[in-house]
Amino acid sequence: MTLYARRRLRNSLSLGLSVGAALFGLLWLAMILVSLVVEGVGGLTLKVFAEATPPPGAQGGLLNAIIGSLIMTSLAVVIGTPIGIFAGTYLAEYGRDDRLSTVVRFVNDVLLSAPSIVVGLFVYEAVVVRAGHFSALAGALALAIIVVPVVLRTTEDMLRLVPNALREAGASLGAPRYVVIRQVIYPAAKAGLMTGVLLAIARISGETAPLLFTALNNQFMSYNLNAPMASLPATIFQFALSPYQDWQRLAWAGALLITLAVLALSIVARLIGGGKPGK
Amino acid sequence: MTNAAIVQQTQGPASAKGLKEKIVIRDLSFFYGEAQALKHITLPLYERTVTAFIGPSGCGKSTLLRVLNRIYELYPTQRAEGEVLLDGRNILDPSLDLNLLRARIGMVFQKPTPFPMSIYDNIAFGIRLYERLPKAEIDDRVEAALRRAALWDEVKDKVNSSGLSLSGGQQQRLCIARSVAVKPEIILLDEPCSALDPISTARIEELIEELAADYTIAMVTHNMQQAARVSLHTAFMYLGELVEFGQTEKIFTKPDKKKTEEYITGRFG
Repeated sequence: MTLYARRRLRNSLSLGLSVGAALFGLLWLAMILVSLVVEGVGGLTLKVFAEATPPPGAQGGLLNAIIGSLIMTSLAVVIGTPIGIFAGTYLAEYGRDDRLSTVVRFVNDVLLSAPSIVVGLFVYEAVVVRAGHFSALAGALALAIIVVPVVLRTTEDMLRLVPNALREAGASLGAPRYVVIRQVIYPAAKAGLMTGVLLAIARISGETAPLLFTALNNQFMSYNLNAPMASLPATIFQFALSPYQDWQRLAWAGALLITLAVLALSIVARLIGGGKPGK
Repeated sequence: MTNAAIVQQTQGPASAKGLKEKIVIRDLSFFYGEAQALKHITLPLYERTVTAFIGPSGCGKSTLLRVLNRIYELYPTQRAEGEVLLDGRNILDPSLDLNLLRARIGMVFQKPTPFPMSIYDNIAFGIRLYERLPKAEIDDRVEAALRRAALWDEVKDKVNSSGLSLSGGQQQRLCIARSVAVKPEIILLDEPCSALDPISTARIEELIEELAADYTIAMVTHNMQQAARVSLHTAFMYLGELVEFGQTEKIFTKPDKKKTEEYITGRFG
């Protein structure tokens, strides 16, 4: 066999393996999606959006869980995004290589991959035990702790992609650093920063573990931040484990709902993140 | 011969013409970390003239330009030693307000650097930094700056569209307009035409000659014809040292140094 023929053979072999591995991964994803749609679409009626979770055997929907998820997610984003953006700005703009940045970057990477149940337990100890009761606020706080590292990381990465030439151009006009950052660098990295926030939302909208220890769950409609609150993931967890068929059907519908929401967020993040920074 | 002596020698004809020294660089050395990029440079820049810095890549000409508005201080490992006197005051003095200094000294870079905002805001950005003006006056200043940079006729109907939508040559003129708008005394040009096509280059060269009536201009260029066409004085640098400084005509016709002659005639570089 010639050298060339051998190379071609090796090429087809590795190509075959790569394609095989990719298809194998996609297969499971497709099966999950198909079973989600098959099982969930039947339960996805108007009632889901109109009524609160029912007692076993009765009719009802997921309204309280949907509202609860929306409230806690929004609150977590409102708390976590500024911290993430400001910290990321420090790492990328002010202290690129100083000691503090190195430490923060390392700790952030640890936090980024920390099991979310640990975050839940931490907030349980720090807030729930002290307050003496579960609350939506504690849930939002736990989610915010998960938002921070995601936003921080993307913020730093995106700001670093902005060419130094823009910083120099801003500074050469006599603009103070914070003006350059706010009026030149942020707009140049806008798409990337938004993508980071959307990714963080996608990440926390499926989190169950941190909520179990903090917001707990609630069978009824509640807007009280100082009381337990329902959420989609916690409700899915509870209903899917139950022996009641109605509850199981609602759990499937909720799972489909979350998946569709996350899918939509990811697509939006892709679309607005498509433009390179500075363009 | 020392740098000072070179300058001494060439100052004769210049001061005879009544040119005033706007900037005097004195015994300037520059370091990127440990590496020394400029060695004891001494050089005047005359008011309302164009001075060109020429020399092979890595000779330190861009570095020298970047000292003049202390833009290098964005990078903590870079430092300068020596004196740069602007109207007699040493601008390397650490107590000097950097932003106020930079507002007096405009800079245009090799690649156009329009900000991600409208054409109008690109210009207004610098004006608003130090002046509180009514909208109508800012409008006037924006228009005047764009006219000054010979860009107004091309953009007057679309000042609210993005600065990034312009062509490369237009973007570079936008950057010149942006510098001019803050009414600096000095303009630093770091190879302003190297990313542009010949027609845009010609337009910018024309513009530089016009601007020299009002501003002190220092320009780094790789293009020797450009230096010959545009500048009144030329500094030839090599390996971080100033080899020769003098009137452009003299540098390009009968330079004192062998090295200069070799570079000008293309024997190295």
